[in-house]
Amino acid sequence: MKRKNAEEFSGPKVKSSTGSRIFDGINIVFMIFICFLCIYPIWYVIVNSLNDAKDAMSGGIYWWPRVFSLGSYKRVFAESGLLQSFRVTIMKTLIGTVLSVLFTALVGYALSKKYLIGRGFYMAVGTITMFFGGGLIPTFILYKSLGLYDNFLVFIIPAMFSFYNMLIMISFFRELPPSLEESARIDGAGDFTVFFRIVLPLSKPVLATIALFNGVYQWNDYFAGVMYTQSKSLEPIQTYLYRIIATAQSSQMATTAVNVATTTTSTSIKLATMVITTVPIMCVYPFLQKYFVKGMMIGAVKE
Amino acid sequence: MKKKSVAAKMWQQRKLQLMAWLGMIWLLVFAYIPMGGIVIAFKNYKITKGIWEAPWVGLQHFRDFFANDQFWNIMANTLGISLLKLVIGFPLPIIFALLLNEIKNVTFKKFVQTASYLPHFISWVVLGGILITWLDANGVINDLFVALGFYGDAGRTYFLGENGRYFWLIALISDSWKELGWNAIIYLAAISGIDQQMYEAATVDGAGKLKKIFYITLPSIKGTIAILFVLAVSGMMNSNFDQIFMLSNSLNATRSTVIDIHVYEMGMRVGRYSYATAVGLFKSIIALILLLGANTTSKKLTGSGLY
Repeated sequence: MKRKNAEEFSGPKVKSSTGSRIFDGINIVFMIFICFLCIYPIWYVIVNSLNDAKDAMSGGIYWWPRVFSLGSYKRVFAESGLLQSFRVTIMKTLIGTVLSVLFTALVGYALSKKYLIGRGFYMAVGTITMFFGGGLIPTFILYKSLGLYDNFLVFIIPAMFSFYNMLIMISFFRELPPSLEESARIDGAGDFTVFFRIVLPLSKPVLATIALFNGVYQWNDYFAGVMYTQSKSLEPIQTYLYRIIATAQSSQMATTAVNVATTTTSTSIKLATMVITTVPIMCVYPFLQKYFVKGMMIGAVKE
Repeated sequence: MKKKSVAAKMWQQRKLQLMAWLGMIWLLVFAYIPMGGIVIAFKNYKITKGIWEAPWVGLQHFRDFFANDQFWNIMANTLGISLLKLVIGFPLPIIFALLLNEIKNVTFKKFVQTASYLPHFISWVVLGGILITWLDANGVINDLFVALGFYGDAGRTYFLGENGRYFWLIALISDSWKELGWNAIIYLAAISGIDQQMYEAATVDGAGKLKKIFYITLPSIKGTIAILFVLAVSGMMNSNFDQIFMLSNSLNATRSTVIDIHVYEMGMRVGRYSYATAVGLFKSIIALILLLGANTTSKKLTGSGLY
């Protein structure tokens, strides 16, 4: 309703002045320019990845492939290490996201109850962690002593809970109509039943938001792989990509005579992998837009 | 109703308490134990021995950091990049939100919004990979500058090299580009919550677009801006690690080594765990002071703060 009013209002009821029309024109051109800036880098990677790798090395491909070829993608799928990395990333994204959303929601549900004894204490314990932490090295030592180093679980367990995300969930849970929960309780449902059967199904928008935040983090994170894993078989795809890029850069700087064929192969694998890792997110986020916009808003209010 | 004892109430809500305690246990292990691990900043910890056996050295590691000939350089890099991001990068999403709000065509507006979120979803590895290629002597940026006639083919430079002359600028631009649309979300939401009648009244009074922006829109979202500014100031010691780790190299190290990078290199590459922890602790303490200072100032000036 509100939006409708706004549109009616901002429509040119009064004859708009020349100055205002010039402003609108410049504004539209500016916005098109912003769109171009946001989309073009990915477009550049896509067209280069679809070009023949040897030909692409000579540069100058900006808008469209010069010599079309799917060679880079074939190369990617022939590389067994790369496929393993994709598997790691998919697994950690799926398992990590589901567990984190459920676990954070479960804790959040309990802390959303005003009558929970010790609630103020629990909130204080969590709030402190938002502003102060142990830092890189103590965390590393902890993971090592817990046996999480070079273990798949290092991607899952430390990312299982987020106090900030929990705050977003709590403010959503508070908005739920209490009558549904009450009637379930009268029917004899306990806290866990209410949580799984009533609260979770009603909270899909906030769960989707948090799932998106987590999913993007899990999918895009490369540092946990650099920091906490050693085995190639545990390397997420972003870490794999990081390694190709870092190696290529240092060998270029060392100006050692690098085999041209090797460079071509690694560049082509790099480009195709960049596209393969980015496209799934590109396809998903526009449809989840209304959810994460809402999530950001709740977060902002909560802050 | 009869008053129940706390113990009885606790027993009644045991399931809820269990849920809450699962979270508390996680926090204890993954947030508070590392905080306790900070003691190694005051010890000489070796990975082969335990934390308890390590001898105390007091403030030795802090002194080493301050005496390090890299200290001022590292501080300058950390604060320099953060200040650029704060002074130039922080207002950009506000300006973008204000301008986007002036777009009347709803479909176009939606399209611009969706496109502007895209960079946020691209990982720093992919973006870093693109930047490294583009900023190369034979990359797109040099191609563009040569085509525009800024300099000839002889003037081509590797922008990520050159002793890091361009590093701060690259850090600023790439970060602003990545988060422009995403950071505008909150401002757009705040703007959409403004009472439209104020604008109508202003139109009747003959106010133009700029006047409305300065006298209605900006004052209405002042609180949101203040809160985000407090957060940005308190984050000044946290350089964007993912970004800088990706873009730094040996050729730009003098301008790209920020505190976080120094911690990583000293801790993980050199193995000076205690020293790196001390540097990290120094950073956290300054960040905490910045947060408290910014929050107090903001509360005095605008009435809004984090708490």
